[in-house]
Amino acid sequence: MMAQAKQFEPRIVAFVCNWCTYIAADAAGVARARYSPSVRLLRTMCSGRVDPQFVLAAFSGGADGVLLCGCHPRDCHYSSGNYKALRRYTLLKKMLSQLGIEGDRFRLEWISASEGEKFRRVVEDMTDRVRRLGPFKLNGGP
Amino acid sequence: MTTDEPKIGVYVCDCGFNIAGVVNVPEVVNYAKGLRGVAVAREYKYMCSSPGQETIQKDIREKGLNRVVVASCSPHLHESTFRRAAESAGMNPYLVHMVNIREQVSWVTKGRDEATEKAKSLVAAGVARVARHSPLERREVPVRGEVLIMGGGIAGIQAALTAAEAGHHVYLVEREPSIGGHMARFDKTFPTLDCAACILTPKMTAVKNHANITLLSYSEVVAVDGYVGNFKVKVRRKPRYVDEAKCVGCFECIEECVYKTPKFSSEFELGLGKRKPIYIPFPQAVPLVAVIDPETCIEFKTGHCKKTCVEACGDRNAIDFKQQEQFVELDVGAIIVSTGFQVFDASRMTNYGYGRYPDVYNALEVERLAASNGPTGGEIVLRNGKKPSSVAIVHCVGSRDENYNPYCSKVCCMYSLKLAHLVKERTGAEVYSFYIDMRTPGKGYEEFYHRLLVENLHLIRGKVAVVTDIAESPREEGKLVVVAENTLLGGVVRVPVDMVVLSVALEPQADKEQVRRLLNMSCSSEGFFLEKHPKLAPVSTMTDGVFIAGACQGPKDIPETVAQAEAAAAEVLALTSKGFITLEPNLAYIDKALCSGCQVCIPLCPYRAIELDRSSMVAKISDVLCKGCGVCVAACPSGAALQRMFEDDQILDELLGVLS
Repeated sequence: MMAQAKQFEPRIVAFVCNWCTYIAADAAGVARARYSPSVRLLRTMCSGRVDPQFVLAAFSGGADGVLLCGCHPRDCHYSSGNYKALRRYTLLKKMLSQLGIEGDRFRLEWISASEGEKFRRVVEDMTDRVRRLGPFKLNGGP
Repeated sequence: MTTDEPKIGVYVCDCGFNIAGVVNVPEVVNYAKGLRGVAVAREYKYMCSSPGQETIQKDIREKGLNRVVVASCSPHLHESTFRRAAESAGMNPYLVHMVNIREQVSWVTKGRDEATEKAKSLVAAGVARVARHSPLERREVPVRGEVLIMGGGIAGIQAALTAAEAGHHVYLVEREPSIGGHMARFDKTFPTLDCAACILTPKMTAVKNHANITLLSYSEVVAVDGYVGNFKVKVRRKPRYVDEAKCVGCFECIEECVYKTPKFSSEFELGLGKRKPIYIPFPQAVPLVAVIDPETCIEFKTGHCKKTCVEACGDRNAIDFKQQEQFVELDVGAIIVSTGFQVFDASRMTNYGYGRYPDVYNALEVERLAASNGPTGGEIVLRNGKKPSSVAIVHCVGSRDENYNPYCSKVCCMYSLKLAHLVKERTGAEVYSFYIDMRTPGKGYEEFYHRLLVENLHLIRGKVAVVTDIAESPREEGKLVVVAENTLLGGVVRVPVDMVVLSVALEPQADKEQVRRLLNMSCSSEGFFLEKHPKLAPVSTMTDGVFIAGACQGPKDIPETVAQAEAAAAEVLALTSKGFITLEPNLAYIDKALCSGCQVCIPLCPYRAIELDRSSMVAKISDVLCKGCGVCVAACPSGAALQRMFEDDQILDELLGVLS
C-alpha cells in the first residue's frame, strides 16, 4: 500500500450553459448527489459563448482539467450554439494534444437539465482520470 | 469598466442548516473580508428573508457599497430577489452577483473542510467578477395580449375560459376534431361521482361561444418563433373536407352516407365502436362539425362515389372534397402548453394478455363502456355482449414498475375504485382489486375508498403475476384466471373472472419531444414537461412566456389539472397586464473601433441579428433580434464582439478566482 500521503485533489473548471447543465448541477444538489469538490462551475448563457481562450486561460491559471458542458444536440436553447461549441472543442482538442496536453484533461459533455445524475457521474469520472494524470504541467515543466 | 473603486459587500447565507450545516460560514466570511475590494462581509441565517435583504440595503445606503455578492442558493432561485433588493436601495441591480454555495457546494460535498474550501474559492471568484460589473439598463419591450393554448382537454379549456374572461384573446389549438380530451371519454368522475359530461360539456360550449376565443380544432402548432411577449406561431389546419363555417352539425350527411352502417373503427371509442367515413366523433363534440376520413371515404379512394352526403347537405354545401391544409400565422404574447397524457400500452406487459384475450381491457376502454354516450350505451359487457359476473381490476399496470415507469401515476387507485363502483352498480358482479398500496390522498378520496369497502369490494394486496386462460380446476374453465401473491395472507391466489381491467399508467404524449423542442422546454427524466421550480414557479418553464398545465407536467387528476390551468392563466395575466416586460440586458454588441468587418460573426448568429453596416463596414447587432447567446462573441477574432453581463474580463477574472 502507498503511504498515507494526501490524495491529489485536481482542480477542474467546468464551463456550463445556463439552460441545461447549470440546471443539471442544481438538480444534482437537490438530489443530494455527492461528488468530488474538485469541480468549479462557470456559467455562460450558452456553451457557444465559451471562447477557446477561456480554456487556455484555465490551464495557464492552474486548472488540471477543463470540462465543457451544454445542451444535447438539437436541444440548444439558442438552436445551434452547442454545435459551435462542438466544432471549437474538436479543433481545440487537437491543438491541446499538439501542445502535449493529455486528452483526458479537456472534455465535452452534453448534460440536459434533468440529468443531475449524469452530471455527478461525469464529474466523478473526470476527477478520477485527471487524478491519475497528476497535476497539470505544460511540457512536463516544473 | 466603471472607474469607481469597488466597495463590495459579501453576504454569506446559512440557509438554516442547509449551508451552515456543512460549510464553515464564519470562516468563509473572514476569508471574504480579506479579498480585494471587499468593504464588508456578513453572515445571516436566511439572506433571502426581509431582515436579510434589509441588511444588504442598509449597508448599501450607509456604507456606500457599489457592488454586492450574495453567496447562497442557485441564482435560478433568488437572483431576482437580491437584484430587486439592491435596486430598491438605489443600486443598479446588475452590480449584484450570486455565488451558488448550496446546490453546488453544501448539498453535494462530503467533508466540512472540502466544502468550506470550495465555498471560499467560489466567493473569491464572485468578488473578482463583480468588480468588473458595470451598471446596465433593462430593456422594455411591449407584450401582446393574445394567448396561445396548445391542447383542448380540460386543462386547455379551463385556461382558455379564464384568460378569455379577463379580456384576452385566446387561440385554442386542438389536434383532434373536437376539444374535450380524455375527460370527454369518462362517464363519472371521482370522488363525487358526478357525471363528467355535465361538468365538461358546458365548458366546451362556452369555449365555442366566447367572443374572445378562436378555436382551431383539427390543427397543430408547427412552428414557434420570437420571444416572451412577442411570439410568432404557425398553425397547420388539417383538412376536414367539411367547411366549418357552413356545417351546422345536423348529422344528415352521416345518416345518408353510402355506408348504411358504421364500419370503421372509431378513434374516439378506442376501437370499441364504429364510425362511417364521414363522422362526428361524439354527439357533444365541439365544434359540432363533421369530418371526412380520406382513408376510408369511397370518393377519395375511387372518385366514383354517389356522394349521397353532398346530396344530404343540400344548399348548405358544406362538404368540400378539394379542401387543402392551411397554415395560419398568429401573434401572441404568451403560450400555455396543456397537451395532456397518453395511457400506457398494456400490450407491452405480455403476461397480462392485453390484446390477446378479448376480455382484458385497459381502464380507458372501460370508461367508454361505462359511458352513457359510449358504444354500449353505458352497459359494461363482455365482447360477447353478456354481463360479467366477476371482474378483476389490476392496479399499477406500467406504474411503480422499474421495467416500465418507476413513478406512481397518482390517479389510478382512485379511478380503479371508481370503476369498481361502476362495475358493481351496472352489473352486480363481484369485483376483485389487486393493488400494491392503496393511495387515496385528496379531499374526499379516503372517504370514497371507505365507501367501496362498505360496497364489498374484494381487495387483494399483491402484484398480479399473470392473467391466463389455462384452467387448473373446473371452476376456472372458460374463465380468465388472475394469478397473484396475496402479500397480506401469504400464498398464491388464483381468481377466475370474466373480465380483467388493467389500471394503466399515465405517460407523456408520444410526441412530447417535438413539442418540447418547439418551445425550448425541458423534460424531466420520465418525459413530462419540466416546471421552472416545483414550488416557486410550478406552472412556469425555463422559456419565459411559456407555461404548462395539466398532465403534460405530470400525472394528475381533474381538480388538480383545473387548478393548474387557472394558475397558468393567472401567470399569463400577470405577464401581460402591464403591457410591457423587462428583458435581461445580456445582449451582444460591437466595439466599432475594433471591428475589422470580417463578417465571421454574421453567419454564426442563429437569429440573423448581425448585419454589416455598409457605410462604416463594421458589424451591427440588432437589440431586438439578439437573444444573448454569445456565440458571435466567442468567434470574433478581433475581440470586437462583446456581451453584456458576460464580458471576457468578467469571465476571465471569475476563472482566476475559482483557481485562486
